[in-house]
Amino acid sequence: MSATPPNDRAADAPDAPEAPDAPAPPGAPGPALTVSEWSPGEDVIEVQRHPKPGATRSAWRAFRETARGLKTTFGRIGERPSTIQYPEEKVPVYPRFRGRHKLHRFEDIPSSGAQAGLEKCVGCSLCAAACPADCIRVVAAENTPENRVSPGERYAAVYEINLSRCIFCGYCEIACPFDAITMGHDYELSDYDRHDLIFTKEMLLAEPLERTPLRNEGE
Amino acid sequence: MSGAAHVALVGYYEPWWIQIIKAIVIFAVGLQLVPVVLIAERKLLGRFQGRYGPNRVGPYGALQPLADILKLLTKEQFRPTTSVGFLFALAPTISILTAVAAFALIPFGNTQDIFGTKVGLYGVDVSIGPLYLFAFGAVAFYGIMLGGWSSGSKYSFLGAMRGAAQLISYEVSQGLALLGVIFTAQTLSLTGIVTAQKGMWYFIPQFVGFLIFLVAGFAETNRAPFDLTEADAELVGGYNTEFGGGRFASYYFAEYLNVLVVAGIVTTVFLGGWLLPFGIHPPGWVDPFVVLFKMSLITFLFIWIRATLPRLRYDQLMSFGWKVLLPLATLNALVTAIVVVATD
Repeated sequence: MSATPPNDRAADAPDAPEAPDAPAPPGAPGPALTVSEWSPGEDVIEVQRHPKPGATRSAWRAFRETARGLKTTFGRIGERPSTIQYPEEKVPVYPRFRGRHKLHRFEDIPSSGAQAGLEKCVGCSLCAAACPADCIRVVAAENTPENRVSPGERYAAVYEINLSRCIFCGYCEIACPFDAITMGHDYELSDYDRHDLIFTKEMLLAEPLERTPLRNEGE
Repeated sequence: MSGAAHVALVGYYEPWWIQIIKAIVIFAVGLQLVPVVLIAERKLLGRFQGRYGPNRVGPYGALQPLADILKLLTKEQFRPTTSVGFLFALAPTISILTAVAAFALIPFGNTQDIFGTKVGLYGVDVSIGPLYLFAFGAVAFYGIMLGGWSSGSKYSFLGAMRGAAQLISYEVSQGLALLGVIFTAQTLSLTGIVTAQKGMWYFIPQFVGFLIFLVAGFAETNRAPFDLTEADAELVGGYNTEFGGGRFASYYFAEYLNVLVVAGIVTTVFLGGWLLPFGIHPPGWVDPFVVLFKMSLITFLFIWIRATLPRLRYDQLMSFGWKVLLPLATLNALVTAIVVVATD
């Protein structure tokens, strides 16, 4: 609406804008019609502006930008693909990666004396109490001199972790007073049946068949 | 420009039995080249994007296109209930037929003396080469249009409409771009055009025409950045959304054969066909390999462009075709005509 009166005046009197001392209304034809350049502050070094109109310039610009894009993609040919071919090639995990749980035994070395080879778990159920997903089930039983499973008074007769419920938060590891349960590095935990994801004590105590590659320091 | 000595065999026709053999050979060669282009495209696109591409089937994934084709051919011939049955079956056939027919035009070499018989290493050397090409290009448009329409699906129809508008827009520029070459060579036979490039390949004097033809070729084959007919993000699959199995395979095959045809035509018309630079004259059996090498360069360019440029918006496509390419092509033809007349 505001642009129409100056345009009408320009059509009526084409020589009007040429008069230098005529008071130019805002948006009047002549020099005032050029695109107003927004002046940035002095701390702004470079301002990206829209491309200046012009057939030759814009054609050259389109050509140049296309060539730049082609150069960029061509440079990628010689590079090594960043794909990791998963089943054959595994990403190494960090040492503190929280994977599938492991139950531990005392190491079977002479220095550990009478404890050698015994299970560390004493069946206290602190891990089950700490578990926010309620996926650990512990049933404790008394140790007897004939059947000594753990060095403590009791041992875990049943120790099950339902891995389809587990959220891998690691609270069980923190709750355990004997470091009997830790989070391992195993993360390939898919199965065909949910029942197969309930890991028993024997499965948790067993050494993994295939070790997950571990990331080295600083890698 | 064109001396009488080397145009002597232009428009040469062999006996009928050689023509039949040649037809079979051309079809077989085209059939073998398409899977090569398929795997080359997928591998190269992978490399351009920092990944491997198919690498499971066969050594380095080389058998991937075979697996794909086998999978498609053993699938059910599905047909939507809303489709127009007869045309639905016919449309992919039209596409593949026109692609193969246009492929017959590409000269892979001069007439050779094979066992005492003169055989031209091309399907057919018609005296109306480019016209034949554009005629089949125009019929190929029916393959897309009927395919999209007879599917009875909105996406297919939209894709087909886009394809139709695009083909019509860019065919004009493509034809005009070729006019400059025809003026210069003063023949419509493609072997004649090649032999007329003995002195200098036409992509140097006809550089603008070369660029226009190439760009229009991208549009004619519905390749990126002009692949609006099958803009997957908007139209699912474009005109071939409803097609599956062997019919989809036909469309797929036709698309890549069209890429080869455009590469072959560019090679023939602008890159000197089977001629080698610096006055090298190899024996006749090398000619097809020279042509194939040049074709593979153009095909590489097709893939490279696909990996680089994003798809155009529809209005950009139209304004580029009508406001940039068409005036440029007209100007190119006009200037060439004036130069040819002035220097003749």
